[in-house]
Order: sequence, then structure tokens, then C-alpha cells
Amino acid sequence: MIPGDLGVVATADLVRGGGASATDVARAALDRIAAGDGMLNAFTDVTADRALAEAAAIDAARARGEALGPLAGVPYAVKNLFDVAGITTLAGAAIERGKPPAARDGFLVRKMAAAGSVLTGALNMDEYAYGFTTENAHFGNVRNPHDPERSAGGSSGGSAAAVAGGLVPASLGSDTNGSIRVPASLCGLFGLKPTFGRLSRAGSYPFVASLDHLGPFARSAADLAAVYDACQGRDPDDPAQADRAPEPVSPLVGASIAGVRVAVADDHFARNGHAEAFEAVATVAGALRTKRTVTLPDAARARAAAFLVTNAEGANLHLPDLLARPQDFDPGTRDRLLCGALLPAGWVLQAQRLRRWFLDRALEVFREVDVILAPATPYSAPKLGQATVEVDGETIPVRPMLGVYTQPISFVGLPVLAVPLQRPGRMPIGVQLIAAPWNEAVLFRVAAALEADGVVSAHVSLPQA
Amino acid sequence: MTAPTSPLPVPDPGTDPAAYVDAAATLAGLPVDPAFRPGVVANMALAMKMAALVMGRPLPGAVEPAPVYLPPEVRT
Repeated sequence: MIPGDLGVVATADLVRGGGASATDVARAALDRIAAGDGMLNAFTDVTADRALAEAAAIDAARARGEALGPLAGVPYAVKNLFDVAGITTLAGAAIERGKPPAARDGFLVRKMAAAGSVLTGALNMDEYAYGFTTENAHFGNVRNPHDPERSAGGSSGGSAAAVAGGLVPASLGSDTNGSIRVPASLCGLFGLKPTFGRLSRAGSYPFVASLDHLGPFARSAADLAAVYDACQGRDPDDPAQADRAPEPVSPLVGASIAGVRVAVADDHFARNGHAEAFEAVATVAGALRTKRTVTLPDAARARAAAFLVTNAEGANLHLPDLLARPQDFDPGTRDRLLCGALLPAGWVLQAQRLRRWFLDRALEVFREVDVILAPATPYSAPKLGQATVEVDGETIPVRPMLGVYTQPISFVGLPVLAVPLQRPGRMPIGVQLIAAPWNEAVLFRVAAALEADGVVSAHVSLPQA
Repeated sequence: MTAPTSPLPVPDPGTDPAAYVDAAATLAGLPVDPAFRPGVVANMALAMKMAALVMGRPLPGAVEPAPVYLPPEVRT
């Protein structure tokens, strides 16, 4: 019996040690998906044959006495914007459904395979990644495993629900404006948006080339580190990837955080949300024994600039379909993209200049501190179909507001690890641990320390259909 | 921090963007179906609010757009 809450590292240890075959682990994951996904709607494709073939290859390698990879036999799944050889890359869009299957795996899927992991399928998402709730007109809503009436977040909603629902111990998603951190917060998971340019995006369906990131979800800091480490590596096929050697973080899980300077972001990050978001930050700050605050100036302008760059670049990518078949988009996505195609150029260029400005301001702050704390979302999971929410006395649209704290940070490419706080009787909510560019290492040290102290944790729920 | 420059043109959020949407769609050769037009206009009104924030922060001329193009070396 392979339990649904068995994590990445524990699964790999079990398979490497001969406690279970990779085939048994894969079958158990496929059984959990068959039993649980009717409720969650996280998967759009289940790659059972591939999973069993990859698992059999691991078992054969073990039988030959070969060394197994760090993720040997670990089941996982990917947001359906990752290329998976033999299936069509949907990117959440009905428009893509008739396109030919991908000829080969995307770079990160190849890296995961090389580490010994087992791909179980592709996961639901907002159409073309343009959303925060995974309410998809074509492929249906993803349900939050902790309360199926609520959103799992988006746009990587399937990636979060599959892990929080215990169908797989880890998944990959993408984050342009918060699409890993928002669902990690709403589903109570650990999620990493690495530094912009860290992980190759080649072989994934783009959204906004100048803002797109890929990254993992998992249920512990060590598991997240194991998957992130497997994904690192140079890839000439992504022109935006930085020329840096891998910097593994798994050895840092459990390392001391003595001397790490932590502060809470104020101003923009201390308003625009519900009390529960600020309470979560205060809990983490208290555990880290910091009362210090810092200001990232012009964060609201940075968010606005991210909005405009996203709108314009996203629209440009889809101009042919906006012209030829606008009726085939999800209505919400279509209207946003048509608008983006018409924005004055001066706004978009100024937004890109503001990106440089805001980065410089953030770098000034990182001369004084190592980690900044901010809410991941302004509230915990809203109900599916919920249109508005009250914030600071105003009634506002619930969906775009979910990115209010994530957008300014991804806009300048800072690495962020979203950590989950569990609250008995209430939905989980996340906190962003934010570091200077390329300093993912400190985030994993702090996340693991918080986890060891019982401040943050992830757990599996799976409602019965 | 370098001193900001002179003010930029800032859109007035009270302006109805419908006429702009129609004219820009015509100029771009990207027709907006009448059924989609209200949604596009609503999005443009939101974009105007975002632009008002962005354009409300004048920047020194030395602040270049963030993406930097680096031509690769040609190796033979």
C-alpha cells in the first residue's frame, strides 16, 4: 500500500531501497487519480502507459544494479502547457485541441525523466495561463481539495489540486504574475517561483515571454528542493535563461538560519487584503523573531506595469487567432487579449522602464535584508463562481485581486518560495518568502526552518465524490 | 535614487475608452465583434487605471526598458 501523502523524497527512498517497486508506486498513483480526479478535475490527460513504462524502466535499472536517479519512481504531473511527447500541448485552450501532439518533451520534463521520475499526466489550467482561479470554460473548474466548493487558484490550479489532493507528490507549473504562488496559497502547498532566467522554459507554451517562469509544487520544503534541483540545468533553447551552473538547494534543507536578516514588506503589502493574510505574515515573522519592516516603493505601480506588459505581450502572441477565430477563446481571456492588442505603445514601454526602476529599488532593499515576507494572496480560497470580494471597504472583482501581492515581485524576477499555513477549521493561506535574484538557497533554508518549527506545513485532503 | 524627470501624459480614468477601442481596432485591422466590444471596452477602462499608475511615475532618461538584447557571438 502506497499512501497518497507519501512525499517526493520518501517515495524515492522507498524505491531505491527496494521497499516498493516503481511500478507499484506508479499503479498506486494512477489508482488515486482514477478515484479522485472526478471530483478535482485536475487532469486533462492521464499518461498511464507512459507512467508504467517509465516505472518499469526504473525497476529494470534497479534489477541490473544500476544507480537510480534522485527522483527514482516519483510520480508527478505537469500543467498542460508543458510539451509532453505524444500529447497535444493544450495550454488550457480549446483552440489548441486539434493541434498535433508534441514531438518531444519540454526541457523540464526531460530533466524530470532523467532524475527517474514518472509522468502521470497533464493538468488543467486557466486558458493560456491568463487567470488566477482555473475556472476554465472549455475544460471545467478545478476544485480545491480542502473544500470542493472553492477555487484551487490559478493559473496552475490543476498542478496545485493534484498535489494537495494526494494524487501525486509533486507537480510542475508556470508563474507569470503569480500562477504558482496563488494556487500554492489557496491549496496550502509549498511552491517555488525561481529567479527569472533560472529554469529553462523551452518546450512550454509561452504566455508573456519577458515575465514567464516555470517551477515546482510539493508538500514539504525538502520535496520542493528535490524537484527544483532536478529541474536545474543549462539549456541553449531558452534565450532568456541565464548562463549559470546549477546551484542545488537540497543540501541546505535543515541548515541553520542564524544571521539571516528577515523583514516584513509594508505599504502595498500591508493593505489590499483581509486580516487573515496579514495574520499569516505576522505568524511567520514572529516565528523568525523579526519586527523589522521594509518598503518596496512603488509596488502598486509595479503591479500596474506588470498588468500592461502582460496584456500587450499576451495579446501579441495570440493575434492570429484573435483575428481568425476570436469566438473560440474563453470569453474572459478573449476580451482581455483583444484589449491588449490595442494598448498604446507608450504605456507598455514605460511599464518596461518601470520594471528596471522597481528592480533597482528592490536591490537597494536587499542590501539591508536577505528575505522579505509578504502575503501570497489577499485572502484564502474564494468560492468557485464568486465574482466580487470586499477589501478595504470596497467591493472589487475577486479574481484579478488574487495577484495583488505576487505581481510586483515576479515583475522583477525575484525568487519566491510560497509557504503554507494550516488553520484548523479554515482554509490554508500562504506567505511569500522573497529573496534577492539568484538567492533561492536562503529561501529553502528559511522554509525548512519554519517547517521544522511546525509553523508551516502542507497536508493532503481528498473529498469524496 | 536619481531624481525623476518632468511629468508624463497620464490618462484620465474618467475618459470613455470606447471611441479609442473602435479607432485602434480599425487602425490595427483587428475587428472587434459588437458582441465582444463591451468586454473589450471594460478591459481598456481597467488598463487606463493601470496606465495612470505607471505614467504617474516619471523616470530619469537613463532608466532603460528592462529587457536587454544581447547579440550572440557567431562561432565558426
